[in-house]
Amino acid sequence: MAYSDKVLEHFKNPRNVGTLDKSKKNVGTGLVGAPECGDVMRLQIEVDDATGVITDAKFKTFGCGSAIASSSLATEWIIGKNVDEAATIDNMEIVEELALPPVKIHCSVLAEDAIKGAIRDYRIKNGLPVEEEVKAH
Amino acid sequence: MSKRMIYLDNNATTPCDPRVVEAMLPYFYENPGNAASRSHPFGWVAEEAVDYAREQIAQLIHVDPKEVIFTSGATEADNLAIKGVYEMYKRKGNHIITVRTEHKAVLDTCDHLEKLGAEITYLDVQNDGLIKLSDLEAAIKPTTILVSIMWANNETGVIQPMKEIGEICQKKGVLLFSDATQAVGKIPIDPKATGVHLMAFTSHKMYGPKGVGALYVSRKNPRVKVTAQIDGGGHERGMRSGTLNVPGIVGFGKAAELARLEMAQDAERLSKLRDRLQEGLMALEETVVNGNEAHRMPHVANISFKHVEGEGLMMTFNQTIALSSGSACTSASLEPSYVLVSMGLGDDLAHSSLRMSLGRFSTPEDVEEAITLISNGVIHMRELSPIWEMYKEGIDLSKIEWSEH
Ligand SMILES: Cc1ncc(COP(=O)(O)O)c(C=O)c1O
Ligand code: FES
Repeated sequence: MAYSDKVLEHFKNPRNVGTLDKSKKNVGTGLVGAPECGDVMRLQIEVDDATGVITDAKFKTFGCGSAIASSSLATEWIIGKNVDEAATIDNMEIVEELALPPVKIHCSVLAEDAIKGAIRDYRIKNGLPVEEEVKAH
Repeated sequence: MSKRMIYLDNNATTPCDPRVVEAMLPYFYENPGNAASRSHPFGWVAEEAVDYAREQIAQLIHVDPKEVIFTSGATEADNLAIKGVYEMYKRKGNHIITVRTEHKAVLDTCDHLEKLGAEITYLDVQNDGLIKLSDLEAAIKPTTILVSIMWANNETGVIQPMKEIGEICQKKGVLLFSDATQAVGKIPIDPKATGVHLMAFTSHKMYGPKGVGALYVSRKNPRVKVTAQIDGGGHERGMRSGTLNVPGIVGFGKAAELARLEMAQDAERLSKLRDRLQEGLMALEETVVNGNEAHRMPHVANISFKHVEGEGLMMTFNQTIALSSGSACTSASLEPSYVLVSMGLGDDLAHSSLRMSLGRFSTPEDVEEAITLISNGVIHMRELSPIWEMYKEGIDLSKIEWSEH
């Protein structure tokens, strides 16, 4: 199976690879997937408490090229967005942007879950309300 | 494919040797005959060419040419052997023994027969990929009609103790079939001396063309019969109907002859290259070889690079190197390699595995370049890997509550 140019581009030049300081109160971490499933994604956000805007995001991903591209794209999209806005990103937007084939849809689901996980962690750390959203994949 | 590719996927298929191609060419236009046309010279020429190829193949595996049945490949030969024996001997019993790490052509065939009333025992393998002989011995019962054990595994190159397996089957009086697709033409194979009564193999794994293979069926001590699975004009002594693929068979024959003459030197050269490749890659930390190294095909290395996912890793170099991975991400089923999992490797290690299989046309330069590219890929992917970071921080990954899908 050939990869789309966009997947290749993100894979070759992944944006925002790295680690944020978990001990900071305004950093939220989402860790999703499992080594046994062949994919683990960690996405972190740093939020400006006053405005609720995501000022930085970093990821590390164990997974295929599509998973790496999905997480790279996710960090790119959420930086500069308000937390509430970022929480609405849907995996299908990632699928469309990266032209992922059906077998790679779950890689984008992982990215959506990682964003939501990071936001949830940030909210819990800061005593903010967490909406229990359960989405069926 | 203008750029030079390094081909390390010879277990998937081998390039067709140019000498094989040359031998085949006259059988497309100049000699177009059907080997079953008995009434004119075109047919006779084709028949002669097929007979000659059958002899070349028989010589490679030390059998009588009459014991070689041509098929479309190893998949068909596996089907013919297992279904054919089952149908022929099911009145004597319905029990078949095989191994969890067999090729799908064997496992799915057994599955099929199970639905038709066969009882199948799947032997486990040990961590090194070898079966336990005592397990086999214990599994054989009065209703057992067939033991099906592959000679060498396609993913790991692990070679089963066929001689000992043959002795057990001999002692118990059951037929032994072996899928020797990965072994024939690469290492010396002698089914008669090994106690193997039926054996499947294929041309395209030994530098011949695709779409042609063979089933060896013993005609003496014991005389084995299989029920045809493809009915028609009664070709191949009634065991496999269908007009013979003359150019393909000619090529298969030529490939067998070249293998017989060059196998020893190829194997010696390739085992050195493989050892160099393995040693070069094992210089990376947290890297393990999968499968028994002492009982392994000379050209194969299956290695797991911990905390790196195989498909992502391959993406760092697969514009240049062709090889395959046991990772789920590369499979349509999204399951990691069942062969590696059956060997007790954790799924995580299966996802992190690469299979490298060298071949006649591999060079020392290929190996050096592969070491560099794969090593760089592993290092790069580990920088991207959250679980590598956790491992480096001393976090016990098995203690984390993962959110599995
Ligand atoms: C062990 C084994 N058996 C059977 C096959 C199938 O061979 P063929 O492609 O000739 O049907 C293969 C090749 O993929 C193999 O490695
Ligand atoms: S992470 Fe396995 S297919 Fe993408």
